[in-house]
Amino acid sequence: MTKKPVDNNVYINGRPVAIEGERNLLELIRKAGIDLPTFCYHSDLSVYGACRLCLVDIEGRGIVGSCSTPPEAGMRIKTHTEEIREIRKVSVELLLANHDNNCPTCYKSHNCQLQRIARQLGVEHVRFKSVLDRKPVDVSSPSVTRDPNKCVLCGDCVRVCSEIQEVGAIDFAYRGHQASVLPAFGKDLAEIECVNCGQCTVVCPTGALSPKSEMEEVWKDLTNPDLFVVACVAPAVRVGLGEPFDMEPGTITTGQMVASLKMLGFDQVYDTSFAADLTIFEEGNEFLQRKTKGEKLPQFTSCCPGWVKYAEQYYPELLDKLSTCKSPQQMFGALLKDRLPDLLGVAKEKLRIVSVMPCTAKKYEAKRPEFIHDGVADVDHVITTQELARMIKAAGILFNDLTPESFDMPFGFATGAGVLFGNSGGVTEAVLRFAAEKITGKPLQSFEFKQVRGESGLREAVMEIDGVQLKLAVVSGLKNAKTVAEQVRKGTCEYDIVEVMACPQGCIGGAGQPVSRNPLAKKMRTKGIYDADKMMPLHKSQENIFITECYEKFLGDIGGHKAHHLLHTHYQSRRRLPEEGIALFSGHGDQRLHVDVCLGTNCFLKGGQTILNGLLKHAEESKLENMVDVRASFCFEQCEEGPTVKIGEVTLNHATVDKAVDTLKSELEKQLSGAATAVSGCSAGCSSGK
Amino acid sequence: MQATETHVTPAEKFANVCAILEKHGRHPAKLIPILQAVQEEYGYLPEEVLTFVAVALDVPAARVFGVATFYAHFALEPRGKYVVRLCNGTACHVKKSIPILDALYRKLGISEKKPKHELITIEIVACLGACGLAPVMVINEDVYGQMTPDRAVKLIDEILEKEAALV
Repeated sequence: MTKKPVDNNVYINGRPVAIEGERNLLELIRKAGIDLPTFCYHSDLSVYGACRLCLVDIEGRGIVGSCSTPPEAGMRIKTHTEEIREIRKVSVELLLANHDNNCPTCYKSHNCQLQRIARQLGVEHVRFKSVLDRKPVDVSSPSVTRDPNKCVLCGDCVRVCSEIQEVGAIDFAYRGHQASVLPAFGKDLAEIECVNCGQCTVVCPTGALSPKSEMEEVWKDLTNPDLFVVACVAPAVRVGLGEPFDMEPGTITTGQMVASLKMLGFDQVYDTSFAADLTIFEEGNEFLQRKTKGEKLPQFTSCCPGWVKYAEQYYPELLDKLSTCKSPQQMFGALLKDRLPDLLGVAKEKLRIVSVMPCTAKKYEAKRPEFIHDGVADVDHVITTQELARMIKAAGILFNDLTPESFDMPFGFATGAGVLFGNSGGVTEAVLRFAAEKITGKPLQSFEFKQVRGESGLREAVMEIDGVQLKLAVVSGLKNAKTVAEQVRKGTCEYDIVEVMACPQGCIGGAGQPVSRNPLAKKMRTKGIYDADKMMPLHKSQENIFITECYEKFLGDIGGHKAHHLLHTHYQSRRRLPEEGIALFSGHGDQRLHVDVCLGTNCFLKGGQTILNGLLKHAEESKLENMVDVRASFCFEQCEEGPTVKIGEVTLNHATVDKAVDTLKSELEKQLSGAATAVSGCSAGCSSGK
Repeated sequence: MQATETHVTPAEKFANVCAILEKHGRHPAKLIPILQAVQEEYGYLPEEVLTFVAVALDVPAARVFGVATFYAHFALEPRGKYVVRLCNGTACHVKKSIPILDALYRKLGISEKKPKHELITIEIVACLGACGLAPVMVINEDVYGQMTPDRAVKLIDEILEKEAALV
């Protein structure tokens, strides 16, 4: 061991491999062309070292995990000794003994790391008795299904949720053989702060977390002859759909995609890039107005439903800075449900809109109550790229052999700007192509704004257009969004536009896209989108003649009344957990007045606790124990107006102790007189108390 | 420590929780001492109070839940006036702790699946650090070594008698 290393090599199974900045032995070994198995290693997450599959034998040190060992010059390692092979096999056997092994019916089958690694390591039988204690599957969320019976406890989902998205909706709970990955208090995914981005399903090596499927609902509509079913396909789908059919990531499959949708039975196939162009008209116009007035800046984009829910939960005070534009999916749904009955002579109740999205959060978005009118949703179903591929396979369609077909007109007509929405930076670039011409009044020399392109999750660009300086931020991954949102909160942010996509590198990296083991997949899909833009005849949303026509014949002015009604929406602060609150003061009277004081983060900072103490003091001094219930609550979803106190039916915003005590007194009086009239036979439907 | 029924009102308890949070500077790294102090206050960790702690520390509730469920010291359900901790660490297990557990369950008419007894809570812990006395049982703060099923049942009888006399 005294021999000094003479070179910069690690000797892997006797062969020298040069260290070139690799962070750990695993990276070095993989560089050398040896694919060591792992469950818990992801290059963009922290090192966890739990799965014990990447073990190597280092001369003089013994067996260690290669993912958590930095390479050192002169190291001599072996990657598949008899002992290591046996340890790996036993690890996998133990996992299989505690696993729901219904592979043929599992969503992740053929893409499952457990299945692949078991095969790779030659695990042919499991020597251990099954100890699986079957637990219920959580199907509450519209976006993600959680099946604890398939979890291998690698923690990838926990780390992606907290490290990339800074949400932390799920975490390890309990210990030993009871250890599991759970939302807080074992609640359902639909009840908690999960933003539905689905990135956990991307990193999950097994079927424990998977996108919620809506394929059956779509099949049912497609096979119902009474219905007229329309497909709207998002930009990013065209560069991902080829992968399940053995094409390279980024292959542009638009023509085959349209052909396959027609073969599946869709009556019309439209391009959501059309709605993206429409978004640019509305959002670009909204931005120019805000910029001129110098208000509500930076303008945050609102296309990404994961980001919108995140902002609603964590940054209620920034909601007025979000563009009020609906996302392209929801604009399209509203527009088509309004226009198609006239244009195609289809009764509205027979029309079904199916979105094909690279995204799991879009499933949640389509089900938000503001997008459902009288029980009819603007977008009826949302399927992912993965689901579309499965439907194509289920129908026996030979995707690779299809003759390309084109989208139906007019809603299948889009410009390259609309297609760019699939990439992180795409919305910004499309807005710039629009805004630059609006500001200068002259046609653009070149339509590409390469300053906003790139791979980093937080990029900045400053540009000057006709003396107007624009500062832009392009963000992907919610942790990066948090960085910018904090700057805005502190008043140190100077951006004009902030584009936020929840998924790293934007929609092409969405959780609805095929799960790829190719580390370059996202890069290749990004390139695919830029290539698709180049191949389009038009590159600026304002050149989309069908949109201009839409405004002339139907929508009226950009940002006008009709446009606002159909294409814009509103946001509301949203609580993260369903908890009711802590009962602090309660007595035995039958008709007690309920008092809730918010002590959520926002209201607490604004003095919620002082009000609570004031009310409690008053209640005690006035001996109200049988007349009021006082609770500390966490969020009334009115954070901008805090501190908030609810007294009976009255909601007090910007509350103070005096205001709260006065309201309590007057509500109690009202209740007393109300009770008196109720006794005397009031039939006015008084609803005092609850 | 006992889950006593002194006359601390819910409002006072809550005020104490707020004081605990302030004392620790609302610092996320102080989560464990905060949870310990909160458990002193309530005798266990009520879900809504854990949520409040999570909000106050700006830590995801799932993380707080994870910590609270990881340590055997923390209880998420109300516990009885008497907490009986039976060690089932290696030494105690080898010295036959499980027959003691069975005897306790039988005596109290409860089981692992239905562990609720209003006065006495049985908890199995991994090690109490008193392996020389194995098998070890702790009732509230009192440690009993070289336990047997018969002695354990006798101790329970004593508790039940004492409590019956109080009524």
